[in-house]
Amino acid sequence: MSADVELSNVSVTFGSFFAAKNVSVKIEGGEFFSFLGPSGCGKTTLLRAISGFQDPSEGKVLIDNKDMSGIGPNKRPTALIFQNLALFPLMTVSENIAFSLEVRGVSKTDRQKRADELLELIALEGQGEKKVHQLSGGQKQRVAIARALAVEPKVLLLDEPLSALDLKLRQRMRTELREIQKRVNITFIYITHDQGEALTMSDRIAVMNEGELEQVGPCDEVYNNPRTPFVATFVGENNPIYGRIKSIDGKTVEIDTPDGIFRSTINDNSNLNINDDAIAFVRPESLFLPRSDDNFDNSLPVIIDSFEFEGNIKNFYAHLKSGTKIKFSVPNAIDTSHIKNGSSINLGFDSQKSIILPKAPLAID
Amino acid sequence: MNSYFFTQPFFKKNGKAIAIYFLVAIIFWFVFLVIIPQLYMLDLSFRTNVPPLERGGPKDFYTFEHYQHFVFGSKTAQDAFNFVDLGVFGRTILVSIFVTLANLAFCYPIAFYIAKIANPSTARLLIVSLIIPFWINELLRSFALRILFANEGVINNVLTGIGIIDQGILFITYDIGLYTGLIYAYILLMMFPLYNAIESLDVNQIEAAKDLGSSTFRTHWRVVIPHAKPGIVSGCTMVFMLTVGALATPVVLSSPNTLWFPQLIYQWFNMNDNWSRGSAYSIILLIISVIFVLTMMRIFKVRIGEIIK
Repeated sequence: MSADVELSNVSVTFGSFFAAKNVSVKIEGGEFFSFLGPSGCGKTTLLRAISGFQDPSEGKVLIDNKDMSGIGPNKRPTALIFQNLALFPLMTVSENIAFSLEVRGVSKTDRQKRADELLELIALEGQGEKKVHQLSGGQKQRVAIARALAVEPKVLLLDEPLSALDLKLRQRMRTELREIQKRVNITFIYITHDQGEALTMSDRIAVMNEGELEQVGPCDEVYNNPRTPFVATFVGENNPIYGRIKSIDGKTVEIDTPDGIFRSTINDNSNLNINDDAIAFVRPESLFLPRSDDNFDNSLPVIIDSFEFEGNIKNFYAHLKSGTKIKFSVPNAIDTSHIKNGSSINLGFDSQKSIILPKAPLAID
Repeated sequence: MNSYFFTQPFFKKNGKAIAIYFLVAIIFWFVFLVIIPQLYMLDLSFRTNVPPLERGGPKDFYTFEHYQHFVFGSKTAQDAFNFVDLGVFGRTILVSIFVTLANLAFCYPIAFYIAKIANPSTARLLIVSLIIPFWINELLRSFALRILFANEGVINNVLTGIGIIDQGILFITYDIGLYTGLIYAYILLMMFPLYNAIESLDVNQIEAAKDLGSSTFRTHWRVVIPHAKPGIVSGCTMVFMLTVGALATPVVLSSPNTLWFPQLIYQWFNMNDNWSRGSAYSIILLIISVIFVLTMMRIFKVRIGEIIK
């Protein structure tokens, strides 16, 4: 059983500060949906509005088309997993998992049965009598999930639950969360500032900035076709090249920059005209060291500043003549021994792999 | 010997001067303020009551007579038991338990409100208004309550003045003034342990319980109170011990025909000049207090270390 969640013109204000500003989005039942944004962008506020801990100042939250105003968190078909998990330290693992059943007056034997079922789901069979502090970080994580799932909520809300885990465990938990979501088949709404987490797990993501939704869509669409410079630089890495529109020919645009004229691609719905200030974006992995048989329609002359070895790839940091910083990455399999700090080389990129957007603030890392 | 003593880690860590100061202060406190007076009183409570000049003489010997007096009364009495003193004692214990529970019931919501609901400036204001009345001496506070509760006192005058009642309520005669005074006297000693305990609870715990469907009552019963348990036990212990040993408040506020057990002790010491019997009664009170603390710890399954945190 899953439920649609719809936010309709939701605003949350604290005094004169807008934590969320006129947010409208419809999350389909059974979807894994993520709100992605930097800290303080209002994503936790939205989650609290959905779970019922925060009343929207304006607008409505609808779950299964039912208006949730005036319905408290204990009466909503949602369950929230807190950033610090908020497991009850004085109860056993089983008591934690069955807490939602206990408060609903379910008998002790039924509670125990359900707790055992859920312990099996999270691969912690026979550990129900342990106290929470006896578990490892990943196990606590799974207990928190089981506790939230015990009453079969229609929507599970997750507030950066993986942020406290180390890298390896975090990656494993991503896969596990996705699997659990498929198995229980309910709506998951996930909050994170980590774009890797959002992209790997979600069906769709919503990118937030300063309380507003910048873009909502499937992961690859958001990554490949960002609508705003903020999204272009917040989701994944991107090299911005500032300039002015020189010509528009269908979807192909020429941009005049201090470092020359480059060809790029325009978004369907961006309102760019000739002579507008614009930014061309090209991702580090779309910049290539050209070989003789390549046929890129852009050539970018750069001077190498430094490089770092990441394992599967090497990252090069360079600058253009105008001083614009450029980062590009090269698969480790390609020999780059001829590239030294200070050497000048020409990089190639395809206009199809670059996107042009009206000038606006970038995401500040 | 000397050099061995000063090479101990305690001296190395703190330096000679500070280490010696610590040792002297702790030993003075423990030996002179705790051990010796108690042992002296214990010894006295088993001796006959003789004037100082006859100490060590033939009339000064060990006896159970003071404890016997507490239970059976004077040798010439008609009754089988000392109903007067036992009655005062029993009533003091029962009322103290009631005062402690009333204090807990009164302080828990306030402590929770200050710790978890009020915004910081309201919380500060509330804490200050709890503390300020206690800058005034306990005796004066009791007299203030007496003025409020007297038959011709403020409360009765106001109530009769606006016509709610025809004649004054006998607050003092029925000891309502005493109970109120005792509850109020040690309220801070309940409030602060409770506040500290509740304050340390992660607010997400409360929200998590709520999110999982728990009612407000359940959330308190299953999450807040278990967490606050050491604070509850600590507050109850202190309030009980101080109430059971209170003197000033009962002297001012109790009705003429009721006595508080410490008033009895006071009478033996000061008015009847029988220090031995006063000591015996004090020891009895001490034992009851210790039993109360141990029982509380047993019931609530907390260790002494958690209480004094």
